[in-house]
Amino acid sequence: MNNYNPSDGLMKPDRPVGIVGYGAYVPRYRIRGEEISRMWTGGTGGSPVKEKAVNGLDEDVITMSIEAARNTMLRAQINPQEIRAVWVGSESHPYAVKPTSTTVAEAIGAVPNTQAADWEFACKAGTEAMQAAIAFVGSGMARYALSIGMDTAQGRPGDALEYTAAAGGAATLIGPADESVAIINGSYSFVTDTPDFWRRAHEDYPSHGDRFTGEPAYFKHVMGASEMLMNAIGRTAADYDWAVFHQPNAKFPQRAAKSLGFTPEKIAPGLLSPRIGNTYSGSTMIGLTAILDIAKPGDRILMVSYGSGAGSDAFDLQVTEKLPEVRGRAISTEGYIARRTEIDYATYTRYRDKLKL
Amino acid sequence: MEVSRHWRLQKQRYELVGETCDSCGVKLFPPRDVCLECEAPAQELYTFTGLGEVFSYTTIYDAPAGFEHNAPYQVALIKLEEGPIVTAQLTDMALDEAYIGMPVEMVTRKLRTDGEEGMIVYGYKFRPICFEPVVN
Ligand SMILES: [Zn+2]
Repeated sequence: MNNYNPSDGLMKPDRPVGIVGYGAYVPRYRIRGEEISRMWTGGTGGSPVKEKAVNGLDEDVITMSIEAARNTMLRAQINPQEIRAVWVGSESHPYAVKPTSTTVAEAIGAVPNTQAADWEFACKAGTEAMQAAIAFVGSGMARYALSIGMDTAQGRPGDALEYTAAAGGAATLIGPADESVAIINGSYSFVTDTPDFWRRAHEDYPSHGDRFTGEPAYFKHVMGASEMLMNAIGRTAADYDWAVFHQPNAKFPQRAAKSLGFTPEKIAPGLLSPRIGNTYSGSTMIGLTAILDIAKPGDRILMVSYGSGAGSDAFDLQVTEKLPEVRGRAISTEGYIARRTEIDYATYTRYRDKLKL
Repeated sequence: MEVSRHWRLQKQRYELVGETCDSCGVKLFPPRDVCLECEAPAQELYTFTGLGEVFSYTTIYDAPAGFEHNAPYQVALIKLEEGPIVTAQLTDMALDEAYIGMPVEMVTRKLRTDGEEGMIVYGYKFRPICFEPVVN
């Protein structure tokens, strides 16, 4: 049993667990911030990211989750019948009622002996599914559990969010520590009722609390979760080789990293928002996959998500000797980012189904 | 749209699951329970690798009902590396990219949707191979 301390909030399972396989997905299409700005401000507005990833006409959270899950299985090389949970976190599930997760489970051959569920908590739906998977495996209820964070995020045409709301995400297969490419030493969650961003039922686009999204929302939760986790396990920023934070734009994670004492070099490989935008539930997890693509055995990683409404999940990971032999079995995150076809605003409008005929 | 028919086909559509012949080893897609080569019963399920090449292709401008949103798009005969030829849409590529012999890989995509209220049908399509695995 681990040394449970009721006051420090650290979540650590009885059995050691880690990431056995991981996989990313980024669709092929990109729209530049300048092109969106040209449409709405005559090009005078600037953009918080260089460009963002856009899904094709035949893609949604189900198809994108399937591809990330297949990449994860290529790396993990385990029998899909041993998976006991397939969980997909998203704010853009294709159906209002009918799980995304059952189709994903069917497509990777994990049915019928598995749990399946869709998770929601704005942009941290994927990382809370990871925490639940840690518990499933760490309690001995399951040998493997698959957690996915994936979105095809929507911004109202002309709204500030339209520059960043993007498509993409990643999957992690949680399993026993001795089979892992990265051991998860513990996690911590920091949650309050904060009205920074929401979408009511039957509405196509979200609303947000404008300037309310910075200090009392993103920074309070991301910094809070990071500091509490590092305190609980006795580490400081200097002990980590890499860090990844939720990326609603480029500036917020850079500022959070700086305040916490992380150098720009430590967040550079996982900071993907300037080139793919904010992939919402996928944002933090796909940043982690980009770090796993380059990290060395022994490296320590801090991962901290953020979901509006609001909360952050923070994780402490350490890379094992297995990572170098496993990562080349599937396409790298940078490989997906390099696969790029630029589209204009008209094509984007068609791809994102923004035309109401 | 027949919900039950789509449900029966989903295993082969999501994962390219066909059959293999016990007697002569031929791989069959779609599954038909009798070997096309030796006529022995073929019942054992086989999941295809999804790798193949474009055997021929055509561009559809006048799409049938349920596919209008995708037009124009390309339909190809794909020769799978195990032998069988399947008909499928090409995706993730411009209309001038396809050529005979192009190496492609299977992806699961939305095939069609039944209006605003009906079900979304998923299945295999093929795209240019975007990755070669690194073997250690
Ligand atoms: Zn035969």
